[in-house]
Amino acid sequence: MSYAATHDQHDDHHGAPKGFFQRWCMSTNHKDIGTLYLIFSLTMLFIGGSFAMLIRAELFKPGMQLMQPYFFNEMTAMHALVMIFGAIMPAFVGLGNWMIPLMVGAPDMALPRMNNLSFWILPFAFVLLLSTLFLPGGGPAGGWTMYPPLSLQSGSLAYAVFAIHLMGISSIMGAINIIATILNMRAPGMDLMKMPVFVWSWLITAFLLIAVMPALAGAVTMLLTDKYFGTNFFNPGGGGDPVLYQHIFWFFGHPEVYIMILPAFGIISEIVPTFARKPIFGYKAMVFAIACIAFLSFIVWAHHMFAVGLPLGAEVFFMYATMLISVPTGVKVFNWVATMWGGSMTFETPMLFAIAFIILFTIGGFSGLMMALVPADFQYHDTYFIVAHFHYVLVTGALFAIIGAAYYWMPKWTGNMYSEFWGKVHFWNSVIWVNVLFFPQHFLGLAGMPRRIPDYNVAFANFNMISSIGGFLFGATQLIFVGVLIHCAFFSKKKATDRVWEGAKGLEWTIPSPAPHHTFEVPPVINDDELAHGHVND
Amino acid sequence: MTSGGIRRSFTAAAALALASFGSAALAAPGPWQLNMERGASTWSPVPYHLNNVALGVCTVIGVLVFSAMFIAIFRFRKSRGAVAEKWSHNTTVEVVWTTIPVLILITLAYLATSGLTSWADTTGSQMTVKVTGYQWKWRYDYVDYLGKSIDKVGFMSKLDSRSDRTRQLGSGMDPFAVKVGDENTYLLDVDKPLVVPVDTKIRFVITSGDVIHSWWVPATGWKIDAIPGIINAAWANFTTPGTYRGQCAELCGQDHGFMPIVVEVKSKADFAKWLAEQEASSKAPAAAAQTAQVAAPVAGKQG
Repeated sequence: MSYAATHDQHDDHHGAPKGFFQRWCMSTNHKDIGTLYLIFSLTMLFIGGSFAMLIRAELFKPGMQLMQPYFFNEMTAMHALVMIFGAIMPAFVGLGNWMIPLMVGAPDMALPRMNNLSFWILPFAFVLLLSTLFLPGGGPAGGWTMYPPLSLQSGSLAYAVFAIHLMGISSIMGAINIIATILNMRAPGMDLMKMPVFVWSWLITAFLLIAVMPALAGAVTMLLTDKYFGTNFFNPGGGGDPVLYQHIFWFFGHPEVYIMILPAFGIISEIVPTFARKPIFGYKAMVFAIACIAFLSFIVWAHHMFAVGLPLGAEVFFMYATMLISVPTGVKVFNWVATMWGGSMTFETPMLFAIAFIILFTIGGFSGLMMALVPADFQYHDTYFIVAHFHYVLVTGALFAIIGAAYYWMPKWTGNMYSEFWGKVHFWNSVIWVNVLFFPQHFLGLAGMPRRIPDYNVAFANFNMISSIGGFLFGATQLIFVGVLIHCAFFSKKKATDRVWEGAKGLEWTIPSPAPHHTFEVPPVINDDELAHGHVND
Repeated sequence: MTSGGIRRSFTAAAALALASFGSAALAAPGPWQLNMERGASTWSPVPYHLNNVALGVCTVIGVLVFSAMFIAIFRFRKSRGAVAEKWSHNTTVEVVWTTIPVLILITLAYLATSGLTSWADTTGSQMTVKVTGYQWKWRYDYVDYLGKSIDKVGFMSKLDSRSDRTRQLGSGMDPFAVKVGDENTYLLDVDKPLVVPVDTKIRFVITSGDVIHSWWVPATGWKIDAIPGIINAAWANFTTPGTYRGQCAELCGQDHGFMPIVVEVKSKADFAKWLAEQEASSKAPAAAAQTAQVAAPVAGKQG
């Protein structure tokens, strides 16, 4: 078996296949598939971003100027679906694909053909989802959460449900692949407690994915049968319960939130020690905190439902469980700061994004703690305060970590250094405009502006206009990012060294830049000094 | 027209922003409002104070953590010749910064739990109003008041016609011009408000006739979902007469943004008078009430 596999690969032993179709569509190479994921994710970021621009344009001033309310609702639902399932999740899978084998000293992912399938399902899923915008009846307009009975009124429900099934299959296969790779393909000497934190974060995230994607699939399948096959899971007229959907959905939905942030924690835990030139503070605590957060994510789902009329005991339980999450999350933030303390820091673009992540994610965490308090959440719930909160944790959290990771590993991927000047221009514009965009939304929510409304009372006009201006400029700033990426990949004259960053540690920096098409075909001999966490017990 | 509106609001902005941060009862949101309102019911200060305490706690922690980080950023930079130290572990500080947050959380949990239990207690109410959400209007039915059941007082309440005309795509009408007195009521006014008495514990029983809505008047301090097949209960005891505005807070379809809620709190005497009038008109010509009910959706379609 192993002999046959070696024989199979003999043809492309020395490089990538020449033909475009052979190389990209038939690829089983973790680096090429990682690249595909990342390009796909960037494309989706701009599609989802253009929906956000339309939303902010309509909300620029009171009165309806640009679109009918129904189209506005399609935009809010599609923006979320595209950003969550199309931009953030595939970006992390792409980073995992590229970096996990390099970080644990494996020649490729454990299941390369399944890896190809996991990726190539996604474009079809999104064509299906986005096509609903052009169909009579329009796209899903009941929010990304698709609460019944409202979502059952949508004519394109079947398209959305089938697209979500495909995304779920892709995610589960990706997760199986990552678990199999990490557990089976580590080079000898790469003990679990010596793995980079990014690898740990993905291992835990992959288990979350496998645990909860089936719950989502079940929930949306019940929607489908309620609409088309006469079942009454969520129809009170037939003895069903609309709230049941919310319980199942958020049993998926809350771990999903952590699926989108745990790999970001991993990334920050790679970047900060590199540029502080000091090992991460409390490696074991960092790993344990991630595991803790993952566990707690299963028992807090109803904090999304404090206003549905839960029994008092349930509200109290979910409030306490939710508040507990701030303890391991706090530990992570403290440890990042402690990693910087006593270091020797430089501030290249990845580090800037990591520092912005720590501050702005923490602000998102603070508002998260505030809304865990049920009586206060009775006011916050379903307002722009919530919108501000989850954009702080997902944009300045997850997205900033992904952008930081792209700057951090880009020289290893392309063999060229990106333009530090333009990287910093991108950073400063992003960090300023994202705050202009989202910070005023806290005030809007506290003053009483509900979310998902296309028009509002004039009292909300000032902050909405500021927010929209921030939104347009933040959106435009991301074009700089694309420019930096293209320049780095094709035009940069400055070659990257193998180590790239002075303080970088770990196996991925021991291979040449750009990373050859095949790496670690012979398992590397691990020298604990080379690893970031080679001497954890010291 | 918008810039005119901004200029107008700029004049009052600074004073209003300051006033609104620690403000008294607000009947409706104000421009540049920064913080939650205190509300106008006996319970509504609970979320307001909890919000302020939690915000204060978060601000203090944030200042401490971010200061430590900025000190690190300035002291331990390579350009200043900082040499990286080797330590990566310190059990004492790790135990300390795990324990202190737990203690803070216990305090917050205590405050929140006592506030929540008082909210959940709907017993001893002196009045019951049934609220039903529809796409996209509310229906109010008066069930009982001071121990007596109320006969056939109920009506639909939907967006006022001026807001409704203004909010149409390409109407060319100015949202800043929709006013009642000095107050701008664009999208926050209805044709027929819910009328309730002051200083009365009112139990709201809330449900829906189609999809899920959420009944939210910020002055009460809470919102609760209106769900088909389920009857939720909550209570409010308004302390000051006045007009309090809110909106549907759960996405319920295309006109989700256009189903406001207005509660008019009257003195007990005025309310008794109002209620008597309503009961009389519902009894006298039975047809009148019926036409009113039929007329509401029809008018909605014309608007």
